[in-house]
Amino acid sequence: MGDDLVKALVDLDEDKVRDVVKSRLEAGDDPLGIMDDARKAMEVVGDRFAEGEYFIPELVFAGEILKDMTTAVKPYLNKASEQKYMGKVVLGTVAGDIHDIGKDIVGFMLDVNGFEVHDLGVDVPPRKFVEKVQETESPILALSGFLTLAYDSMKETVEALADAGLRDKVKVMIGGGQISDEIRAYTGADEFGKDAMAGVALAKKFIAAE
Amino acid sequence: METMLSSASREVVVGGERPTVLIGERINPSGKKWLKEALMKDDLDVVRREAVAQAEAGADVLDVNVGVFGIDEKAMLPRVVETVMGAVDLPLCIDTTDSAALQAALEAYDGKPLVNSVTGEEASLSSVLPLVKEYGAAVVGLVQDDEGIPKDAVRRFQIAEKILRRAEDAGIPRQDVIIDCLVFSVGSDTSSGSQVLEAIRRVRGELGLNVTLGLSNISFGLPDRDLINGAFAAMAVLAGAGCLIVDVEKVRPCVLAADLVAGKDSHARRYLADYRRRK
Repeated sequence: MGDDLVKALVDLDEDKVRDVVKSRLEAGDDPLGIMDDARKAMEVVGDRFAEGEYFIPELVFAGEILKDMTTAVKPYLNKASEQKYMGKVVLGTVAGDIHDIGKDIVGFMLDVNGFEVHDLGVDVPPRKFVEKVQETESPILALSGFLTLAYDSMKETVEALADAGLRDKVKVMIGGGQISDEIRAYTGADEFGKDAMAGVALAKKFIAAE
Repeated sequence: METMLSSASREVVVGGERPTVLIGERINPSGKKWLKEALMKDDLDVVRREAVAQAEAGADVLDVNVGVFGIDEKAMLPRVVETVMGAVDLPLCIDTTDSAALQAALEAYDGKPLVNSVTGEEASLSSVLPLVKEYGAAVVGLVQDDEGIPKDAVRRFQIAEKILRRAEDAGIPRQDVIIDCLVFSVGSDTSSGSQVLEAIRRVRGELGLNVTLGLSNISFGLPDRDLINGAFAAMAVLAGAGCLIVDVEKVRPCVLAADLVAGKDSHARRYLADYRRRK
C-alpha cells in the first residue's frame, strides 16, 4: 500500500495521491507512515531532477501535491508524532538580486532531505537574515545570488551576522550561477556549493560537526 | 513611437511597423567561463571575434556587458566598447549596473547608444537617468522597483509608467525610453509568459513606448530551450515588442518568420535572404 503512494507521488498523479491518502487515513493508518512514504517519494523526485530526468515545473508540482497532502494528514497527527527535523536552515536570495529559481531548488532539496527551511524569498536585506537566524536559532544560513552585485550583499550579510555576535554560532554557505572559492573568500562565507545537491551535502556536514 | 540608435556610421530604428530589432546578448561573461577568463587575461581578441560572429549572424545592435567578479568594470567596459566599435559598425547597448562604468563607457562611445538599464528603484533612477540625458542616449527601463519584482502585468505597467515619468522629468524624450517587461521562467511560474505579453500590449498601447525583452529567461530550467524561446519570440513580436535581447544565431530565423507572418517583412525579402544565407 505504501508503494502505491510513493509511485503516485513520483508520477505526479495528484488525484491518485489524494485518494490513497484519504483511504489510508480513513482506514486508521499511521499518519507518520504516510508522511514517511511522501518523504521517500520526494527523494526519488529530487534524484530524478538531479539526473536531468525531471525538470523545475515537476519539482514545483511535486511540492504542491506534498503541501496538499500535509494539510490532509495534519489533523491526524498528535503533538508527540510531529516530524523531527535534521536541523534548521535560513535561506534567501541576497539584497539587490531577484533570482529565485536556484534558491527554490536548494530549499526543495533541503526540505526533502529533512531540514526545516525558513525561506525569506528574494532581495532580502542583511537585517532580515539576522533577525530570522535569531528568531529560529538556526545554525545554518544559506545565501543565494546570481548577479555580481550579490557578492557585496553576501559580504554585508556575513558582516551583519558578526555585528550581531552570531558569526561563530552560524555556518554560512553561498551559492548561485557564478560562485567560486574566490568569491566565497571575498564574502567571508564558510563554504560554497555549485548546485542544490552540494548545498544539501554542506548542510549535513555542518549539522554533523555541531 | 520610434527610437533611433546609432554607431559612428550606421542608424538603427526600433518601432513602428519595422522588422524586429535583434540585440545580440553574447558579449556577457555571466555563465561563459571562456569569456571571463579572456577578460581576466586582457585578451580582447575574443570579444572582437564574438562581435563579428554576432554581426554576421544578423544582429542589429550588440549588448556589451563585462560584469563579473574580479573585473574592474569602470576600466574594462570602455575598453571593450572601443574594441567592439573597432570590429563592427553596429550601435551598442551598454549593459551595466555600475554608474561609474556606465559614464566611462558613454564617454568612449561614438554615436547614440542604448543604456541597459535603469530600474524603478530610487538609487538607479537618480544615478542612471542624468547620465542618459547628459550623453543623449536611449535607455532601457527594467520594470522592478524598491517594492520588489512584479508578478503580474499590472505592476509591470505601473513601474513602466513611473520610469517614463522620471525619465521625462530628467529631460529624456519619451521615444528614447524602451521598457523591458522583465521575463521570468515559465518553469517556476506558468503564468509568467502571459503576464509579460499582457504588459507588452499595455505599455505599447497606453504609453506608446517601445518594448524589449531578455527573451531567453523564459525557458530557464527547461529542456529544448530553443523551441520555447522561438515560440515566445513569435508571440512577443505579435504583442508588439520592437526589439529583443537574444542569442541572434539561434533565434533570428524564428523572429524573421514571425515578422513575416505579422506583416513586417514586405515581399518576404528578409526571410528569404536569411533562408539563402542558412543554406
